[in-house]
Amino acid sequence: MRHPLRSILTVLGIAVAISAFGLIRTVIGAWYSGVEASAPNRLITRNAVSLGFTLPLAYRDAIRGIPGVADVTYAHWFGGIYIDEKHSQFPQFAVDATNFYDIYPEFRLPPEQKAAFKQQRNAMVVGRKLAERFNWKLGDTVQMRGMIFPGEWEFVIRGIYTGAEKSTDETQMHFHYQYLDERLRQTTPFQAGVVGWYVVKVQDPKRGAEVAEAIDRRFKNSLAETLTETERAFVLGFISMSETILVALRIISMVIIGVILLVLSNTMAMTARERLSEYAVLKTLGFGARHLIFLIVGESLLIAATGGLLGILITYPAADGFERAMGDAMGAIFPAFDVAPSTQLICALMAMIVGLAASLFPTWRAVQVRIVEGLRRVG
Amino acid sequence: MADPLIELVDVSKSYRRDTLEIPVLQNITMTVPEGEFLALMGPSGSGKTTLLNLIAGIDRPTGGILRVAGTELGGLSETELAQWRSRTIGFIFQFYNLLPVLTALENVELPLLLTPLSKHERREHAAVALELVGLADRVHHYPKQLSGGQEQRVAIARAIVTDPPLLVADEPTGDLDRTSAQEIMNLLGRLNAEYGKTIVMVTHDPRAAERARKVIHLDKGAFVQM
Ligand SMILES: Nc1ncnc2c1ncn2[C@@H]1O[C@H](COP(=O)(O)OP(=O)(O)OP(=O)(O)O)[C@@H](O)[C@H]1O
Ligand SMILES: [Mg+2]
Repeated sequence: MRHPLRSILTVLGIAVAISAFGLIRTVIGAWYSGVEASAPNRLITRNAVSLGFTLPLAYRDAIRGIPGVADVTYAHWFGGIYIDEKHSQFPQFAVDATNFYDIYPEFRLPPEQKAAFKQQRNAMVVGRKLAERFNWKLGDTVQMRGMIFPGEWEFVIRGIYTGAEKSTDETQMHFHYQYLDERLRQTTPFQAGVVGWYVVKVQDPKRGAEVAEAIDRRFKNSLAETLTETERAFVLGFISMSETILVALRIISMVIIGVILLVLSNTMAMTARERLSEYAVLKTLGFGARHLIFLIVGESLLIAATGGLLGILITYPAADGFERAMGDAMGAIFPAFDVAPSTQLICALMAMIVGLAASLFPTWRAVQVRIVEGLRRVG
Repeated sequence: MADPLIELVDVSKSYRRDTLEIPVLQNITMTVPEGEFLALMGPSGSGKTTLLNLIAGIDRPTGGILRVAGTELGGLSETELAQWRSRTIGFIFQFYNLLPVLTALENVELPLLLTPLSKHERREHAAVALELVGLADRVHHYPKQLSGGQEQRVAIARAIVTDPPLLVADEPTGDLDRTSAQEIMNLLGRLNAEYGKTIVMVTHDPRAAERARKVIHLDKGAFVQM
């Protein structure tokens, strides 16, 4: 190493950039993790006006009767506050305790916990990450204040589920819809008897569109018209609201790659300029273009690979730090936030491409320079 | 008499700057027999380096015929010329031109990388060459840990390690003090006398030129009789 400081700075620059690139890819990936987690055999039926509007509970049996429907469950957004606003950023659903986990097999619950949950009216099930976050144990009592549904609510933890896939959201809270509904009938009856949306399991995923159409046709011209789509489309609909941000992030990630290309190109060009006489000497001794290319590209690749590897390694603590910095909002936005192997691969690939690209000009220069010109630069 | 090692017939070299043709060497004809120790002298800009570069096959003439060590250089492609150089010519420069990242031994070993020799054989050859120039005790030093005279001796070891018939030296003592210059000239004299190397050397130093068997003066791109 002729200029250790310059090399180290270049390597660090590449490392930081690659890790930033990796982090952004991870954020984008996390955004889409919900899409990956969505099952092909599930449809979501919601109010045609918007998600903010509810559907009558009575629709359940009607939907169940439609040909192609295997099973129906439902959920209702609770929106309670635990301790304070800041601590409450996690999904809370009142669900149909009888069959919710049959339709969502990716929420894995031990059979005895499932049974315990079904038996107790104010039981709740929470995801593993959520339980860890609040240090909740089975049997704990949790107090929440309703924001949509007024009053103090008390739940007992009877189950802690784990995700079947990495992308499964482990931050949700589920409790009996019956518990909610019964109390609403007494306190605020106008809020009772409705659900947020239905989850429909179809017999044949290939006929999903057909079944969805049949459901919406069934409730056409009724008080609450429905909109049914595949779970995937439903989740994508959420994401498309933030599509612009994702596009911006993608552009930023490419700009970062462009910047490190400039940094490394500059280093390589400086190096090559200084060494022009050395290359001329090598040529004088009979070394050909092949050898020079090997030398220069090799050095560039070595710097890029070192920086890239370092960058990939610091992506992990960086992702953890990001997760901590986001704090409690994290779980709400990104159900699964992990550096994917594919992200590492892309990072490594990017580093290699940058290493190659940065050595193009110096290599060309070294190969084409005439020996006598290169030698004249000595002294 | 044997064929001359170097034969130049009507060799010219000119550079073109814009539309202007600047002649540097004009119709040079000369022969150098094998075993010669030739010194090229002349004022700055007279074309000494240019002539040396032509003979060594790192530059091409604009006109004339160049035959060195039995090969007509005009007929070779760049790649062939590079191969020819590695077999035929040993280079010694004014500023030594060693690679700073390599040790003395590795610098000397460098030209052997182009030969089919094994790693072990390369090391051995390089060590022998360094021994010959009197630097057996400096093999693992880097250029910046050596004096100018020592650096030039490493460069000479690098020039002879492939055992080429012709050594070209461009002001080999130009950057050295008197004692070191003398050592270098002794070394070149030995290489010529004992090992039969043909040497073409450009120099400004009359003391160095004295050591040569023959001195040719160049002025404005042509030979002058003294
Ligand atoms: N690439 C080039 N383009 C234009 N002119 C050149 C080029 N190379 C050399 N010359 C010219 O050719 C002439 C001879 O140069 P050369 O280097 O052979 O001189 P020299 O005798 O070795 O001088 P010195 O003793 O200073 O080393 C000079 O006038 C120089 O300006
Ligand atoms: Mg010169």
